Amino acid sequence: MSPRGEMRVWLAQRATAAVLAVCVTVHLVTLIVAVHGGLSAAAILGRTRGSPGWMTFYAVFVVCAAIHAPLGLRTIAAEWLSWRGRAADAACTAFGIVVLVLGFRAVAAVTL
Amino acid sequence: MPRPEQLLHTRVWRGGTDGQFQSYDVPRQESQTVLDVVTWIQRRVDPSLAYRFACRVGMCGSCAMTVNGLPRWTCRTHVARVAPDDRLEIAPLANLPIVRDLVVDMREFFDKWREAKGQFVPTATRHDPIARVCPDSPARRAADAAIQCIGCAVCYASCDVVAWNPKYLGPAALNRAWTLVRDERDGERRQRLSAVVGDAGCHACHTHTLCTERCPMHLSPTTSIAGLKRAAAIAALRGEL
Repeated sequence: MSPRGEMRVWLAQRATAAVLAVCVTVHLVTLIVAVHGGLSAAAILGRTRGSPGWMTFYAVFVVCAAIHAPLGLRTIAAEWLSWRGRAADAACTAFGIVVLVLGFRAVAAVTL
Repeated sequence: MPRPEQLLHTRVWRGGTDGQFQSYDVPRQESQTVLDVVTWIQRRVDPSLAYRFACRVGMCGSCAMTVNGLPRWTCRTHVARVAPDDRLEIAPLANLPIVRDLVVDMREFFDKWREAKGQFVPTATRHDPIARVCPDSPARRAADAAIQCIGCAVCYASCDVVAWNPKYLGPAALNRAWTLVRDERDGERRQRLSAVVGDAGCHACHTHTLCTERCPMHLSPTTSIAGLKRAAAIAALRGEL
């Protein structure tokens, strides 16, 4: 990948990290509040299903995770395993697609 | 103050990459530096010991070695500070090919300064009036904070990313590029930013800050590299890169 491409990859990872920081915080706080509030699984699903807000929030969460995590793995593969180039990029892209598919499956399960 | 009969148990790397440590007992002296120890061995015990030094006052950057596991400028490193138990292990700098004994090949280190476009490119000629640079401007302050590098390669030998990615330009070359990016007289800012972005450039830095921790001149290459990342991002968003 060209240096300019590498810089864009870096920018994408930083930008998604910033969004993920907010998403993870909201997710964890919601989780703790729900558990301490004694909400059942059915009660939680009752609030999330059909909610455009929660659907949008978790869709953004999944997209950012699907971009951020493979780029991090790509760096680890390059630096720790000296695995660089198209094969490494393809493997990380495939991992990103898996995260995206599984993530959207989970979003659909709790919001549709 | 050390006693006259007190000895410093010193292990010095001898040979090339496949060499080994050799032991020497060196008399302790007051205000003794690590370079004094190496020089004593070379002058009194084994004249074939190869090492590099020039100024002996912390200006030339040629005497850096690995001292008890950490890269240091040996001419300004007092034995009392790094070997409280009178044991000293002196090896060549890490992350650079060993030539012999304590001498490393510095070519790749300085080649990377060139790759990072570390040369000033003037926008004026000698016939133009002298540029008036405000010393208090933010750009000049940023450049001044990074400009006193002596090229000793202590940062380069400290950097984990250099060890992982041999193409990485390293803290010193990127620090140099940053001083020029912030120099309002320089004419190749865009080309320089293009040279220092990407996997082998500033974006490979993990901000471990070992370069900043160990720089004998107390510079902060980490800050310079962060500045390059910021400048490159702004240039990219403006469509200049």
